[in-house]
Amino acid sequence: MKFRIYRYNPEKDAKPYMQDFELNSVEPGTMLLAALLRIKDEQDETLSFRRSCGEGVCGSDGMNINGVNGLACVTSLAGLRQPIEIKPLPGQPVIRDLIIDMDQFYKQYRAVKPYLIVNDPMPEVELLQTPEQREQLDGLYECILCACCSTSCPSFWWNPDKFLGPAALLQASRFIEDSRDQALEKRLEDLEGPFKLFRCHTIMNCVEVCPKGLNPTRAIGRIKHKMVTRSL
Amino acid sequence: MSSNMSTIERRRFDTLIIGAGGGGLRASLQLAEADLSVAVVSKVFPTRSHTVAAQGGMNAALANVSPDNWHWHMFDTVKGSDYLGDQDAIEYMCRAAPKAVYELEHFGVPFSRLDNGKIYQRAFGGQSQNFGGAQAARTCAAADRTGHAILHSLYQQNIRAKTHFFDEYFAVDLLKDDDGHVLGALVFNIQDGQIVVIEAKTTLIATGGAGQIFKTTTNALINTGDGMGMAMRAGIPLQDMEFFQFHPTGIAGRGMLITEGARGEGGYLVNADGERLMERYAPKAKDLASRDVVSRAIAIEIREGRGCGPKKDHVLLKLDHLGEEVIQKRLPGIRQTCITFLGIDPAEAPIPVFPTAHYTMGGIPTNRHGQVVVPVKNTPEEPVQGLYAAGECACVSVHGGNRLGGNSLLDILVFGRAAAKHIIEYLQENKYHRVLSDEVIDKLVEKVNRYDQAAAGNDTSEAETVAGLRAELKQVMEDHCGVFRNKDVLQEGIDKVEQLASRMANVKIGDQSQVFNTAKVEAFELENLMAVALATIHSAHAREESRGAHSRIDFPERDDIAWMRHSLYSYENGLDYKPVRTKPLSVEAFPPKPRVY
Repeated sequence: MKFRIYRYNPEKDAKPYMQDFELNSVEPGTMLLAALLRIKDEQDETLSFRRSCGEGVCGSDGMNINGVNGLACVTSLAGLRQPIEIKPLPGQPVIRDLIIDMDQFYKQYRAVKPYLIVNDPMPEVELLQTPEQREQLDGLYECILCACCSTSCPSFWWNPDKFLGPAALLQASRFIEDSRDQALEKRLEDLEGPFKLFRCHTIMNCVEVCPKGLNPTRAIGRIKHKMVTRSL
Repeated sequence: MSSNMSTIERRRFDTLIIGAGGGGLRASLQLAEADLSVAVVSKVFPTRSHTVAAQGGMNAALANVSPDNWHWHMFDTVKGSDYLGDQDAIEYMCRAAPKAVYELEHFGVPFSRLDNGKIYQRAFGGQSQNFGGAQAARTCAAADRTGHAILHSLYQQNIRAKTHFFDEYFAVDLLKDDDGHVLGALVFNIQDGQIVVIEAKTTLIATGGAGQIFKTTTNALINTGDGMGMAMRAGIPLQDMEFFQFHPTGIAGRGMLITEGARGEGGYLVNADGERLMERYAPKAKDLASRDVVSRAIAIEIREGRGCGPKKDHVLLKLDHLGEEVIQKRLPGIRQTCITFLGIDPAEAPIPVFPTAHYTMGGIPTNRHGQVVVPVKNTPEEPVQGLYAAGECACVSVHGGNRLGGNSLLDILVFGRAAAKHIIEYLQENKYHRVLSDEVIDKLVEKVNRYDQAAAGNDTSEAETVAGLRAELKQVMEDHCGVFRNKDVLQEGIDKVEQLASRMANVKIGDQSQVFNTAKVEAFELENLMAVALATIHSAHAREESRGAHSRIDFPERDDIAWMRHSLYSYENGLDYKPVRTKPLSVEAFPPKPRVY
């Protein structure tokens, strides 16, 4: 099985290059992460990438696989055209090999105040929430911050400092939709202006690549809808 | 550039937390809100920590679904521990549980809900009403993504509280002075290789478990027992390491976890004859007997030839009778995992499962305030000044010989908070940093630079690789320290692990870059795995009885007279023992009884 992998070590390389690797006797059902781990263990210890849970929950191993962003650990080798071309997630600075600098991504996440805001005194038990109210959070709270979506978004590539990007906006929606949250007005106000939210041109790359099957475009639409109904 | 003394950055904080899973983040939140300066060091971005993978839920006697109180929860936990758990700590945890859940809910955790708006609670293994009566529904859940929901909410609250994070920094070792006080840790920035000395008046280890000592495990690749390794190198023994939990339902051959909640929602195990096997092993609790019981049952079925599949090497977990709606609503995460990794939709076909290494019951010994405690002369539990531990890396011990499902999220939250509370008190008495000498730092710096220097030598013919040694270690532990154990197999295992540990000295790595050198990180992780594996297999060999998850074929009975005591294993003294704290805080002790489910 053939792989072409993006290599770059700023200490040695003037610019990035693609390196070929080959693996023999790959068992059926193998995921890409397992193949990368084998290449690192058996052929080249210097190959660098992030990884942890190996089952699509921690969000560490987002990368660009044959031109599409995804998590290596839940991407089966079976469906991939060879040589499998693996690059870092696009549009962000590369630290080394498949490892990108995610500072900008996290900064945008923090910018939406991604935490529950309740001004009233807390009860001594749980805040009540009906199953229907709770259902509003399905498709929003499951985000694993892998950055596959934001780094597939042309609007985020052009304005990573001004456009919040699909991941951060999905989080914004997660708190806007939470029946317990008491900062709705402020949250919507903070998203106004031409860039933060409205740079989304519904290209929908984010929806296509999300390894958790979430739909940031729809979440952005829900926020816009809330803004409109509020202004009426 | 290798760091030397003149270039080393020194940072000072009131308190240092190593590890950013649920335990570390619960503590850091408490401390940041107390206006203390807190540094959290984590080798991964916090939401990548393994708490994120916890599925089924967190136990607390909220009585939202079935009648309940903390005392019943306490009984179940003591019984589940096979009477090795410390009853003062267990009482403390079970009493604190409801508050811990309500706090999380207030932090924003999106718990699943009941029709009346309260938190959804599901049935889980080993949970009963009225001291061993009917099944209890005590496990608070956010679908089957409870750990994810909790970890993200805690990280989010820490963003609000402005906790200071050192993301992608690797902690190598504790800094300790001649009086035995812990003064912080030596860490390096994975991104640029720079060493940083973090001085702190208190240090909390919250580095999680060590499932990576086994070949097949539900644990993330980062679960390498780093804090346990650090503690051992600082002369602190590890407690009860022979008690390693094998989760009954890992995906056979691959290891991904299928939550106990799958059985809590009504799923059950069948063997090759299509028989509901747990009816024979646990007539009352059946599939919701405690994990050690279910894992042994599966292992026996397979050993006796009733395994499923062409190799008869697994059993099946049947869920399809629950219907697609329940599965999608309550178990969406494991459904996705099965589809991704097996091409099987559990709404249509059963899941092949096998007992899989899952949880480190043992760890760094602490009291219920999170203080690390060691034997000093005739005192079994003397606090190490300035050092705390919480969560899976610690051994309080609330899990004893076998942890109940749903008690690990509870453990990290209750004891993360308890440790923080004690740290706040400690800092009121200990206002100033103690003097940290250059010699203490020098020695550790040499160690961090070891792999840079080792690689500079020309002679690579004798070199060992990290990947090679690690693969051998994981195989040895799998073969010699699994669900069923006996003296000879364990002794052989000890010899092999010791030989592997001695080969560590010849490890050379083929990556000398200072930029995101993951090969170097893996070398340090392997040192920690070796330490944990040694402690585990030595403790297992010494304990000549069967209790909880530790099953000795050659000693099949529990022996309360000789062995109702905690093991302590250290490099310096080998094995030592201390008594179980059988006296609860306010109620009568639960005396050891035969354990029937």
